Amino acid sequence: MAAIASFLGRRLFKAVFILFAIVVINFLLVRAAPGDPATVMAGEAGAADEQFVQQLREQFGLDRPLHEQLGIYLADVATGDLGYSYRQQRPVWDLIAERLPATLILTGAAFVLALAAGIGLGTLAAQNVGRWSDSAITVLALVSYATPIFWVGLMLILLFSVQLGWLPAFGYETIGAGYTGWERVTDIAAHMVLPVLTLGLFYMAVYARLTRASILEVRDMDFVKTARAKGLGETRIVLKHVLRNAILPVITFAGIQAGHLVGGSILIETVFAWPGIGRLAFDAVLQRDYQVLLGIFFVTSVLVIVFNILTDLVYSLVDPRIEVA
Amino acid sequence: MNRDFWKAFARNRGAVVGLAIMAAVVICALFADLIYPTSPWEMSTIPFQPPLSEDAVLGSDTLGRDIAAGIVHGARVSLLIGLTSTAVALLIGVTLGAVAGFHGGRIDDAIMRFTELFQTIPNFVLAVVLVAIFTPTIANIVIAIAIVSWPPLARLARGEFMALRSREFVQAAVTTGQGTGTIIFRQILPNSLSPIIVSASLMVATAILLESSLSFLGLGDPNVMSWGYMIGAARTVIRQAWWMSFFPGIAILLTVLALNLVGEGLNDAMNPKLARKGRA
Amino acid sequence: MSDILLDVRDLTVALPEGAERPNAVEGISLTIGKNEILCVVGESGSGKSMTAHAVMGLLPKPHVKVTGGQALYRGRDILTMTEAEQRSLRGGRIAMIFQEPMTALNPLMTVGDQIEESLKAHSDLDKAGRRARVVELLADVGLPDPEHLRRSYPFRLSGGQRQRVMIAMALALEPDILIADEPTTALDVTTQKQILDLIRTLQAEKEMGVMFITHDFGVVAEIATHVAVMQHGRCVEIGTAEQMLNAPKHPYTRDLIAAVPHYIEHRDDFLKQGEALLQADKVCKTFHLGGGFLRKGRQIVAGRDITLTIHPGETVGVVGESGSGKSTLGRCIVGLHKADGGRILYQGQDLVALDRKRFRPFRKDIQMIFQDPYASLNPRHKVADIIAQGPIAFGEPRAKALDRARELLRLVGLPEQAAERYPHEFSGGQRQRISIARALALEPKLIIADEPVSALDVSVQTQVLDLLDEIRHRLGLSMLFITHDLRVAAQVCDTIAVMQKGVIVEMNTAREVFQNPQHPYTRTLLDAIPGRGWEIPEDLRARRHGGTHDGRGAVA
Repeated sequence: MAAIASFLGRRLFKAVFILFAIVVINFLLVRAAPGDPATVMAGEAGAADEQFVQQLREQFGLDRPLHEQLGIYLADVATGDLGYSYRQQRPVWDLIAERLPATLILTGAAFVLALAAGIGLGTLAAQNVGRWSDSAITVLALVSYATPIFWVGLMLILLFSVQLGWLPAFGYETIGAGYTGWERVTDIAAHMVLPVLTLGLFYMAVYARLTRASILEVRDMDFVKTARAKGLGETRIVLKHVLRNAILPVITFAGIQAGHLVGGSILIETVFAWPGIGRLAFDAVLQRDYQVLLGIFFVTSVLVIVFNILTDLVYSLVDPRIEVA
Repeated sequence: MNRDFWKAFARNRGAVVGLAIMAAVVICALFADLIYPTSPWEMSTIPFQPPLSEDAVLGSDTLGRDIAAGIVHGARVSLLIGLTSTAVALLIGVTLGAVAGFHGGRIDDAIMRFTELFQTIPNFVLAVVLVAIFTPTIANIVIAIAIVSWPPLARLARGEFMALRSREFVQAAVTTGQGTGTIIFRQILPNSLSPIIVSASLMVATAILLESSLSFLGLGDPNVMSWGYMIGAARTVIRQAWWMSFFPGIAILLTVLALNLVGEGLNDAMNPKLARKGRA
Repeated sequence: MSDILLDVRDLTVALPEGAERPNAVEGISLTIGKNEILCVVGESGSGKSMTAHAVMGLLPKPHVKVTGGQALYRGRDILTMTEAEQRSLRGGRIAMIFQEPMTALNPLMTVGDQIEESLKAHSDLDKAGRRARVVELLADVGLPDPEHLRRSYPFRLSGGQRQRVMIAMALALEPDILIADEPTTALDVTTQKQILDLIRTLQAEKEMGVMFITHDFGVVAEIATHVAVMQHGRCVEIGTAEQMLNAPKHPYTRDLIAAVPHYIEHRDDFLKQGEALLQADKVCKTFHLGGGFLRKGRQIVAGRDITLTIHPGETVGVVGESGSGKSTLGRCIVGLHKADGGRILYQGQDLVALDRKRFRPFRKDIQMIFQDPYASLNPRHKVADIIAQGPIAFGEPRAKALDRARELLRLVGLPEQAAERYPHEFSGGQRQRISIARALALEPKLIIADEPVSALDVSVQTQVLDLLDEIRHRLGLSMLFITHDLRVAAQVCDTIAVMQKGVIVEMNTAREVFQNPQHPYTRTLLDAIPGRGWEIPEDLRARRHGGTHDGRGAVA
């Protein structure tokens, strides 16, 4: 237990360090955004007179040396102040907070689906290596891996919403239907199917390929031969000896990939008009609303760190060797 | 050596198919101006022409532009950005990874923390932010994609360099008095190249996907026709005109699939013993 | 006289198409009776391991399969049994242990759980009963604090302890037959002795039949009651241990036994002349492992106050078990590691004090031969280039360096045409000859040989050792010979230094170290040499010294 705690402690410390670095990058990007930030802000606010700009400069400390500005920025971020969107006339954090739950549901569900289905299919393929089911899964993975997810989304909409009319194509729930309780849950679930499937499909392919390769590698290891020499049944060998070991690199990789998954939600939310921060990001891109965009950059980074810590936690529960890792 | 390589490569049928598709894409990119001499931005027929119409094989878009022309011209920007951004990512990643792996110790620690940082940042979000802030030009898109893609290459190169650094033939080079440059470029690099080449070929595929995603969001270079842009522009009319987004998507799918197949073929031919691992 | 447990008749195992030979095992017949230990001896690729795997039903399907013969367990053919029947025999009536204890246990399961699995698969014991049995087994194989150890993960155990766990696991259901596939090859010699003793004791106690696979005739002499010798998939000779060890008939068996390294008493004492060529003075080296900027790593002391001298023409052996720091010492001398403290004087010049640039001229004089012939040659360079790279780096014209490379190839007993080929076209022994040629290319005065023969088969080992011995006499070289094997050291060393945990505990002439060891650890090491009680038959002994082998004639 102490080992797990110290392992997670180390990871947490690293996470704080990374967070700090991300805030610094974010700060630098704010400075790098075209034009003097104050002028831009003033422009966004629709008032361009020199006095207002000067006032903004003072308000945001833009007339002070860079390191002081960084200090101010860090303090702001620490208190949850990610800036102000003049386009939307609201604090960035409020905009994001309102949209965050939808994104969490989407990415969380897609992540779980991708991992479960990926590991399942990868195992199935490895168990039947060389047979048709392996080939089918390998081809499926290869194709999913090569398809742009936004296009998959559009094609699924075309098929399931436009042609078959089975599932809703847009949004998070049926607006104006006034569903409550259980009805509302099923309504949201129906809206979730396509976006989650689309986002999950790509990563499922990645994890399936990785699981298959990992199992094929572990299967030839000495301890599996030991298990066989003990006269254990095939199911037990696969579950207890092969899969458990093979899954470790998949978990590690899933942690590393979490960032890609969160990034992918921008595309999915755009396609499905899902009211999350990805959709917010798309709107911000269209309006060149840099404050919101950078706020999203920061929040998604935090999200990835949280995903990473979660996968570390899972890893530490599976692998007893973490203290020497 | 060379013949063995081709033999091993050709044994993977998928890889050969991939190579054929890639050849077709490259031909499209090189001879786009011959195949469709008029600009893909120009209106060539009536809008909303379905596929197999007389003057537009794959249909026309909302402004009457020929989809097929767009696809052929779009191959250029996909390949250009895919290749150059991979080259830049290779330069950053392999250099950092090689330095980290060769020197080890504190330098390695520092570089790896830096790599981890970039690996944690959601790469697509960073690419979007970078392109949005620095304006979407081809150069900026290439740089943005390279910046978000180098970490896996750095890790790979570091692993290779580290493993080879302690291999006995490298140590023998040290004890026989060969210089650091000779050791890096004559002894280590040639032996670490095959996994890096394989990864790079897969990275071209990923870069093409990234580019198409950026242009889908409207962050492509407004002066060049790209597949992602075509899909993005056709998104809102998907109910009426499926072909406008369908065909460009197929183009992306085939190109990326072909690159992945070639990558796997290279892997089989170059590292016969290494287990295949999915990389992204 | 004893009842037969396992009767293998005319067993043939086919290899997949395109392999070196059609069959891994061809027409093997052997029997194991109650209370017998049959040693199956052969060099790598002889098919000895395949035989064992075939009996266990552990062949790597579907590529390798049995194509003929029978393997009768108490009269029933295992090979025709159903999968379920085979499974109940495996781990139940026939158990197996493997060569690599470090990888043979599942890293994610506790040791106790892994032993319990066997019991669960083959017995009706309830949970408490199984647990009690696990503790009992762990105690049986001599592991300390079994109640605690049961809950440990393999990574906390040493190689020897892991092998004991493997044995406990194998013995869980009191099998009739134990198959041991080179179970001590990966272990240090002192641990090897303990494991051999353990296997012998348990075998006698449980009256098991044992099939013991090994490449080492010393080990055979230690435990065998019967011996089968295999070569290229065939059994060339089989008989009782007595007969096979003392009066072998087949020429291959005789070759193998003649190649067994043993202490040579006829060597003249080395006369130290002149100034010491190299003098290590209180050399220290500590490694820091696994530390990050957040936590402290472990420290490993690889060298503490190491002092030794090498005179011109002298070969000094450094003998020790893994982790004793013997390789580190060699690497400090050639400048691959930098010593933390002390001085290494080469012809009076302290090498430790030199920076890289000023060290460079000395690289010419001090060369190294590495252990692994498969890792020590760059696979992408031609042999001639590999040998010539050093001299070229020191400014010799390329053409001249390449000519010299050809000359050196002849010197180490390889044909000149070898120069134009790539390393993968050569066998392990030939590669080691190329390594030697590379080391000689710079005309060094001192050679550090780091376990140069431990990756080779015995017969090849002898040839490479003879070559080294001959070359160093002819060229008047000094050599630091690093090895874990006292028997090998005895072949070539004038002086032997015994290392333990980073310290030289004893250093003396080879003769003194063998005949009059002073330090208890030296005595433990000598005592652990397998087969020390066995006298190699006189006629075969003579073959070594008669000089019928001159190393240059034969190409390993």
